[in-house]
Amino acid sequence: MFEIFAYIARGAGWTIVMTFGSAAIGIVLGLPLLVLAESKFALIRGIYNSIVHVIRGVPTLVWLFISFFGVGQLGITLSPVTASLLTLSIIATAYMSEIYRGGMKAIPAGQWEAAGALNLDRWSTLRFVIGPQLFRAVSPSVATQIIGLLKDSALVSTIGVADLVFRAGIMTQYHAHGLYMFGIAGAVYLLLSLPIAVFSRTVHTRITRRYAVA
Amino acid sequence: MNDFAWLYDWPQYIPDLLPGLWVAIAMTCVSCLFGYVLGFFLALLVEAPSKLVSYSALVVVELGRGIPILVLLFLFYQGLPQLGVLLAPYPAAVAALTFSAAGYSSEMIRAGLGAVPKGQSEAANSLSMSVVDTYRFIVIPQAARISIPPLVNLTIIIFQATSLATVITVPEIMQQAGIIGSATFEYMSVYTAAAVLYLCITIPGAALSGYLEERMGTPKQRSKKQAIKALLPAAGKLRTAEERQLTN
Repeated sequence: MFEIFAYIARGAGWTIVMTFGSAAIGIVLGLPLLVLAESKFALIRGIYNSIVHVIRGVPTLVWLFISFFGVGQLGITLSPVTASLLTLSIIATAYMSEIYRGGMKAIPAGQWEAAGALNLDRWSTLRFVIGPQLFRAVSPSVATQIIGLLKDSALVSTIGVADLVFRAGIMTQYHAHGLYMFGIAGAVYLLLSLPIAVFSRTVHTRITRRYAVA
Repeated sequence: MNDFAWLYDWPQYIPDLLPGLWVAIAMTCVSCLFGYVLGFFLALLVEAPSKLVSYSALVVVELGRGIPILVLLFLFYQGLPQLGVLLAPYPAAVAALTFSAAGYSSEMIRAGLGAVPKGQSEAANSLSMSVVDTYRFIVIPQAARISIPPLVNLTIIIFQATSLATVITVPEIMQQAGIIGSATFEYMSVYTAAAVLYLCITIPGAALSGYLEERMGTPKQRSKKQAIKALLPAAGKLRTAEERQLTN
């Protein structure tokens, strides 16, 4: 019994790599996309909007299959791990940049104007005035998104990455008792999402305390 | 082989995938219908005065929200036989999606119910309305304003999640695409066609939810001037009369 549990739980490794790898890439790459989202030119905003809508409108499974089977057919063979990390990262980037855009809307225009009145340059405005407030505004949504990514990472088992679900499936084929096997996998997902929720709450309260609402 | 053929030959696969689209839409409708009704009752149970009832409802909600839908699908399809319950792929997929939809929707419905001021139901109570009437005529209409936009969003998410049902062999879009793909090896074209089919539903859906959010979401703060204008319908006319006098 313990061996089975250990076998399934070892799949948490890939689940964690997929979740946090794509989350980290999404959190970083989402920021430069803000430049496109907030561009002065309607054309650039239109391009950004259509890309984000297409990425978010197609189910993750379809993107995974396109990048694994479809791109493979075009002669670029990606390993399951590369294909899934790539796909999840692109999807995470689209979601994160939408979250950032929502956060920017929450910052009053007076903050930009005040920074301008204090003769702060663009970099200082972003770094000391807008950045902390943006961070405060988006941190709960980012945490929710990371938990969403954790659950989306279950899909990588369909293209053969040995994560929790994949291993639970193998154990079901060996020993039957699917309820136990997938129950273990589900429990590990719940356990993994707990620390993310707790960590995000502590971070959020700390930021709120440090940068009190003006 | 022409590497770029998929850019123009994907539309030929759309007719073969259409039966899958109907299956996906049917699954979405059934599981959202059951899921939202279940979610509503779960929301009421979570708010119940009894600690035992409220905590057990909360556990059900958190299981629905916290476990990936893929795991739920396997639990219902490959797990329940352990208890002697053999479900066909289609009911198993609907059950898993319903469970997930119930968990997510109950939080959204709870947020809507919580946003209705307590005085509303107290006032209904003092008019000696029954509990059912209070909910039917006072609380739900006000809560719906807040809950409906996220629920429309959730419906789109559930529609996208029907793609996962392919792993338990439900003949929806991805299953059809997989069958065609393995027969023709034109994976890129077939999956592009599948992606386009999903977009045909999700993009109008996203537009609808954006519209509803603007229309029904929390009412925007009006300026004092607008509020006064709305209160005194004659105010506009009076002022124009005054102005006319002044200009005369």
